[in-house]
Amino acid sequence: MISAKHITKQFAGRSVLDDISLDFEPGYTNLIIGQSGSGKTVLMKCLVGLLEVDKGEIYYNNRLFSRMNAEERRPLRQELGMLFQGGALFDSMNVTQNVMFPLNMYTRWSRSEKLKRVQFCLDRVNLSHAGLLMPSELSGGMVKRVAIARAIALNPRYLFCDEPNSGLDPQTATLIDNLILEITREYNITTVINTHDMNSVLQIGDRVNFIYQGKLWWQGTKTNIMEPDNAELEQFLFSTELTRRLKK
Amino acid sequence: MTPRDRWEFCNDLVFCTNLARHFFTTMNLFEQTGSYVLLMSRVLRRPNRHSLFFKELVNEIQKVGFDSMGIVAIISVFMGMVVTIQTAYNIDSPLIPLSMVGFTARQSVILEFSPTIISLILAGKVGSSIASEIGTMRVTEQIDALEVMGINSANFLILPKVVAAVLFNPVLIIFSIGLSLLGGYFVALFTSLYTPGDYVTGLRFAFEGFTLFYALIKTVVFAFLITSVSAYQGYKIRGGALEVGRSSTTAVVHSSILIILFNLILTQLLLT
Repeated sequence: MISAKHITKQFAGRSVLDDISLDFEPGYTNLIIGQSGSGKTVLMKCLVGLLEVDKGEIYYNNRLFSRMNAEERRPLRQELGMLFQGGALFDSMNVTQNVMFPLNMYTRWSRSEKLKRVQFCLDRVNLSHAGLLMPSELSGGMVKRVAIARAIALNPRYLFCDEPNSGLDPQTATLIDNLILEITREYNITTVINTHDMNSVLQIGDRVNFIYQGKLWWQGTKTNIMEPDNAELEQFLFSTELTRRLKK
Repeated sequence: MTPRDRWEFCNDLVFCTNLARHFFTTMNLFEQTGSYVLLMSRVLRRPNRHSLFFKELVNEIQKVGFDSMGIVAIISVFMGMVVTIQTAYNIDSPLIPLSMVGFTARQSVILEFSPTIISLILAGKVGSSIASEIGTMRVTEQIDALEVMGINSANFLILPKVVAAVLFNPVLIIFSIGLSLLGGYFVALFTSLYTPGDYVTGLRFAFEGFTLFYALIKTVVFAFLITSVSAYQGYKIRGGALEVGRSSTTAVVHSSILIILFNLILTQLLLT
């Protein structure tokens, strides 16, 4: 489980995260939703240690992550996978090399063992045939799937996804959402997802946290989100014609 | 307020503005230097995995070194030709033997032309490539991906480039010196400015091994500056594609200025 306690983060005196406390449970997809600029990405970057919090603590299974130095964080980072918004695949490597990269860094396995694991991960994301392709030859959906394969290569206990289906068509977006959900259940991973896609919320939102102006505004699940009890969330949810019609 | 008072007030205002501008420029220079030193303290560490480091090192030697041989060869041959023609053109006195063309060309090429001019060319070619490569990795979150995996991204990305340049640039410069002197020999073969015999005699006249050592010391320092400054410019990017282009230009400008500055410092230290 990941626990964030009283997280505060400021940039040039402007508060981006204001006293946020959250728990992310294993085996569930924990969604962070909110408008662009609400602080979702900053929160996720704080959780994975790409940004340091100004105040507050972050615990990974009772290990105080936010006070650890880079060396102390290293073993914990092996338990952590992240899917970036643009995939963040290494341009100079093909798909197999990209997925094999964490294995090269952290395991002493033989090449055949690593290849076996890479093939397993690529099979898991339905990309068995794509091993020799370069990132520039992949479609948007394929990039995300390769990034998921790379993120799960080391059997992570924690998976972070920053807007996993941004820029994808609805069908591919659903495919990616389902894949993340399946992997979360299958390996009992603590998954944290940043999104502002309502489809994802309704499809895979086991736990939903709404961030508004840097504050935690609402917590719930995909089942009770359609009857929000506060105006800001309602405004966020029903800002499109589609959701307004759905509500009716 | 009289016109004279107004004039003095304006002068004071201009002086204060200039003072403030210089202050902020100096502070920015200190900030940049500090940030560069901090980055280098992350770069110059033991690699996470030695096998991966050596694999990257070989790739970088290919990119930084072998891929630059073509341009170095072309520039060196023509540079050698021009230096010898200009030297021969300027020797009017019958008291100065024509073998001095070879001697002067050798000294000029070893002491200055090959190490400095070729390093400036490499600052343009290799420096911009390093800055844009690392900058693109920054804006496409590839560096963040490395950091999340617990990898020291500065060390993983920059150290192989620095080591490759420091190891291979001396080879490039020796190659350049050889080709420049060969260029001078071609001039002797195809013109009547001086004979090949005169040229070779001049090349062998009063050779001091220290000049070559001096050239190689300069080359190693320049190689470190080109790769580390360019990598710094790419690594610190915040923003998008526009910033990548800008950092690439800044990398070339800054490394070129530092090459010229360190050329003077090293010459003063080693030759006087």
